[in-house]
Amino acid sequence: MTNEPTMQAEPARARHPARRGGLYLATALFVVFSALPFYVMLITTFKTQADIFTPTANPFWFSGPPTLDNLRLLFEQTLFVQWLWNTLLVGVAVVAITLVLAVPAAYGLARIAGGWGETLGIGIFLSYLVPPTLLFIPFSKVIAFLGLQNSLWALVVAYPTFTVPFCTWLLMGFFKGIPRDIEEQAMIDGHDRWSAFLHVVLPLALPGLMTVVVFAFTLSSSEFIYALAFVTHSADKTISIAVPTELIRGDVYHWGPLLAGALIASIPIAVLYTFFIDQLVAGLTAVARD
Amino acid sequence: MARTRSPLSLAQRDTLLALGMVMPAILYITLLLGIPIILAVVYSLNDVTTGGTAMRYIGLENFTALLDTPDFMRAIGNTFNITLSTLVGVLVLGTIQAELLMRPVRGKWLIRFLILLPWTAPASLSAIAWLWMLDSTFSPIDWMLRGMGLLGHPGALFGDFDNTFWLGRSGLALFSIILVNIWRLLPLGTVIILAGLNGVPRDIVEQAQIDGAGYFRRLFQVILPMLIPVFGVTILFTFVFVFTDIATVFILTRGGPANATQVLPTLAFFTGVQGGSLGRGAATALFLLPVLAAVSILTLSLIRRREI
Repeated sequence: MTNEPTMQAEPARARHPARRGGLYLATALFVVFSALPFYVMLITTFKTQADIFTPTANPFWFSGPPTLDNLRLLFEQTLFVQWLWNTLLVGVAVVAITLVLAVPAAYGLARIAGGWGETLGIGIFLSYLVPPTLLFIPFSKVIAFLGLQNSLWALVVAYPTFTVPFCTWLLMGFFKGIPRDIEEQAMIDGHDRWSAFLHVVLPLALPGLMTVVVFAFTLSSSEFIYALAFVTHSADKTISIAVPTELIRGDVYHWGPLLAGALIASIPIAVLYTFFIDQLVAGLTAVARD
Repeated sequence: MARTRSPLSLAQRDTLLALGMVMPAILYITLLLGIPIILAVVYSLNDVTTGGTAMRYIGLENFTALLDTPDFMRAIGNTFNITLSTLVGVLVLGTIQAELLMRPVRGKWLIRFLILLPWTAPASLSAIAWLWMLDSTFSPIDWMLRGMGLLGHPGALFGDFDNTFWLGRSGLALFSIILVNIWRLLPLGTVIILAGLNGVPRDIVEQAQIDGAGYFRRLFQVILPMLIPVFGVTILFTFVFVFTDIATVFILTRGGPANATQVLPTLAFFTGVQGGSLGRGAATALFLLPVLAAVSILTLSLIRRREI
């Protein structure tokens, strides 16, 4: 249930050349629609100032020799590296908290608890649907009360409110997929339930744990509204708010470094996410199945 | 084992263990989601500002004041307009894209990575790419339109200026926001529908084919009805993610020009955080709650009941 391939091939039906051409054309249109903004970011990253700021110059290719000036500016004259580092720190801390809270919760709900496990599971899933947009104003008061305003800790505390529900839900699916017999055998062999969980079930759930690590990380590095509301010091910002708020100053757009920064920060997150998208879909569609 | 001889039965110990494993997560979520939710309601019923220390109870005054503000009513309209238009776009284009991806093509992993990019990249960063794509002077889209002779001369389809001013004219700005939202949510819709298509038992479809059903008959009478739960999931997540999104509007237009693209989340931010009126801002955001609750409960009960 958790590992269904979502891009499975069907037996070739489009064998006719014209049909095949139509299929490729339609697919190409969708690919261009999705990827064009990223392609333009890539080209602009290596364009000279003069090239970027000439409205008649081809925006999809170089009108002059490519340059590394935008990257130099981004890495040497802004806090870009600091922002990447902040994002990594918050991500790692959120992953740790999420694992500690979500793994036992998911196992408890999927395996040990009876009927109320299912109900509570749906409740936890529903809490994932409570959007940060609804809560950021009072949440900023809670953060101030805890003395965490303008600190990365504010985000470390806030992000598990959506990573824990989401990851608990994903992991419940994984644990349900592991046959009960395996841990019953382990318990007959002398493990108690806790040690059967630690030594037998967890190693089998490794793909699920990897998924949780990746999603807790990508969700927290993409988060926008809490970071926007809680952190205002330049040096404490994470990448998702730093690029749009620090590299755009008033009406002055440094398009070169701005687009370079957005692209560089996006790609690693997108690559990680893509590897695990099937697990995400399995988790999301499970609400319709169970 | 000797130590299992405890006064509790095995079932009771299992229940205790389950509680012990589940409680930390439940406590964390209830405290850190629960307190802000309660505070949101309290703030919305009080006159409270960032600087001030004392709260003054004013009942429903925040809400009635909002309903008298044209900007607020416009934000409600925009929020629904953007969400529902995006929903239709994602469902239609997502079904087509999923159908296309079912066919074997070369370079599938690259196609897959590129098609997923709008969803997998952080929204606030990809919005910056669109800020450039729709720029008032340098827009690459305008450059293409000029090249095709659709812009920049008298009688041209997109006007005789050299630029379209995508984000500067109210109707176009709203259209642009919807376009970017469809672009961003389309991959999610596609992969969910694709998972549904892959789950349709092939023998049923083949039997329909043997019985003489043509392609469209099979699509509309056999495949699509089986996909209803999957469409429900797509609707649920597209709705929640677009309805509550702040990044797209915040980065592209800040709600402008003249509030033409203001939505409830951005209005709540500008009122509550930048304007400092916590009570008014909290009340603005709270307007999202009944709609979200209704949509979630409706779609969830629909898709869960339909399952055999």
